[in-house]
Amino acid sequence: MGLRSTFDNMAPHFEKGGKYEKLYPLYEAVDTGLFHPPNVTNNTSHVRDGIDLKRIMITVWICTFPAMFFGMYNIGLQANEAIAAGAGTAIEGWREMLIALLGGGGHNPASFWDNFAFGAAYFLPVYAVTFAVGGFWEVLFAVVRKHEVNEGFFVTSVLFALILPPSIPLWQVALGISFGVVIGKEIFGGTGKNFLNPALTGRAFLFFAYPADLSGNSVWTAVDGFSGATPLSNAQEGGVQAIIDGGVTWFDAFFGTIQGSMGETSTLAILLAGVVLMGMGIASWRIVLGVFVGMVATTWLFNFIGSDTNPLFAVPWYWHLVIGGFAFGMIFMATDPVSASMTNTGKFYFGALIGLMVIMIRVANPAYPEGMMLAILFANLFAPLIDHFVVQSNIKRRVARVS
Amino acid sequence: MSEIKNVLTEPLFNKNPIALQILGICSALAVTTSLQVTLVMCLAVIAVTSFSNVGVSLIRNHIPNNIRIIVQMIIIASLVIVVDQVLKAFAYEISKQLSVFVGLIITNCIVMGRAEAFAMKNGPVLSFFDGVGNGLGYSVVLIVVATIRELFGAGKLLGVEILPLVTDGGWYQSNGLLLLPPSAFFIIGLFIWALRSWKKDQVEEPDFKILPNTEHSGGH
Repeated sequence: MGLRSTFDNMAPHFEKGGKYEKLYPLYEAVDTGLFHPPNVTNNTSHVRDGIDLKRIMITVWICTFPAMFFGMYNIGLQANEAIAAGAGTAIEGWREMLIALLGGGGHNPASFWDNFAFGAAYFLPVYAVTFAVGGFWEVLFAVVRKHEVNEGFFVTSVLFALILPPSIPLWQVALGISFGVVIGKEIFGGTGKNFLNPALTGRAFLFFAYPADLSGNSVWTAVDGFSGATPLSNAQEGGVQAIIDGGVTWFDAFFGTIQGSMGETSTLAILLAGVVLMGMGIASWRIVLGVFVGMVATTWLFNFIGSDTNPLFAVPWYWHLVIGGFAFGMIFMATDPVSASMTNTGKFYFGALIGLMVIMIRVANPAYPEGMMLAILFANLFAPLIDHFVVQSNIKRRVARVS
Repeated sequence: MSEIKNVLTEPLFNKNPIALQILGICSALAVTTSLQVTLVMCLAVIAVTSFSNVGVSLIRNHIPNNIRIIVQMIIIASLVIVVDQVLKAFAYEISKQLSVFVGLIITNCIVMGRAEAFAMKNGPVLSFFDGVGNGLGYSVVLIVVATIRELFGAGKLLGVEILPLVTDGGWYQSNGLLLLPPSAFFIIGLFIWALRSWKKDQVEEPDFKILPNTEHSGGH
């Protein structure tokens, strides 16, 4: 236990009266990140589960890895294909140097390593900036408010980075995560008291502040001069036929070799993570089921109504599942335990509301082709209300039973 | 004299109508996209608040209590119409940008609030300065919001280019969110946060307290 004793020797400096008293949250974060917290129950006995907040958050973080690694490969694949086809040129600059350092600087779309190095050179800086800037705010608030640095930020940071387009400027990343952490979470009291999902709040800020860098046809592939519609905007033009004409089959979209935000394209990788998370009881299967059923039901409704002018009405549910951010939002964002409904019954309604809203926004609102972000934020606002009605109806039912 | 100074300066930060009483938010959202329009709006509100206070104060002993709100409304509405006509005559372009919001000064809670809470109980001179003070308190917040919104949303101040935009060959990329009304909410919120960190007595008692879930035994 060499490391343990190092920490124990350091501890007095950080505790009350010590030299670095103000930095206690930082010390505490590193210590409890490496070791199990020392606090033990000292009153009446109760059942205790081995899974605590720390383990939950780390598990979610690890579960994003399939989507993250596939995302990195796919960023490179999309860009290198565009370069090979002559549709754009690689952006010169420090990232190109990074690609050369990581993978020899090749741009061959058939080479796994070329693609992966390209994607890493785009994703990792974004993630690093997210982590550094967001972490700075977390620590600052922890120091000033004298609470602990919360592991929730591990998840927020990786989710935020994964839902950005690869070509996003890094200063916007810094601005977005600052807004997400400060306005979306800390001003309400920090983790556990935020009623909005911080990662989505940050993205929504960027989406409305810099629409040119967060939407449109030229941001989804990180090469100069390239412009190509995502399957979702193709669907807006001409329904499923337009997606297929754009060279994307359902299986392409399912495996994720399509344009999109960095970590959201592979429905397969996301669903794999979803199975693990739901199996461990971390992500609520009720919310996921609610979102899915809500989405399918609303899609059927639109399919049934039909429209001559809006081809999105006819897009079937299994396409909605694989395009855009639906799967990512369903597994990782909607199931955020803080901003979702708390009651079990409420979780179904909460999920169904997201499923309903996402299709409503995608199909009926031509201004926003992607509805998942706004649908989840919208449902976040209603989560406490849903819980209220669930609790009230439960009370009413039980009162009726005794009287 | 010190009383006049008091009613003039208290509403600026200590009893700011927007930041402490959260009144008059609607127009703060609507008219703060450009500083010029905001300044005109502030002048209009100061004029209406101060003169309506004088008017109400002059006849305060003759107003029957059960119709006092109606009487106050008549005075305020007349003043708002005058202000609206003056703007249309002398600053037509700006009055077009302000559109309905000049007319909506009638419903601005600050004007009604001061007439009811102050002018009904005090003399005309003091009431006048109270109106000016509260109008200024309203203006402080609006000017802060408008400065941030115009500077970072459009790269300009009073129409003069400060941060050259990317679209015009400069380096600054404008923040589109600041041109949308919700941004004023965020800025006012941050303003209130800053103000209450400075003046701690304005912090409200929390409705309920969440107990800490672990006892801190202090290290290992």
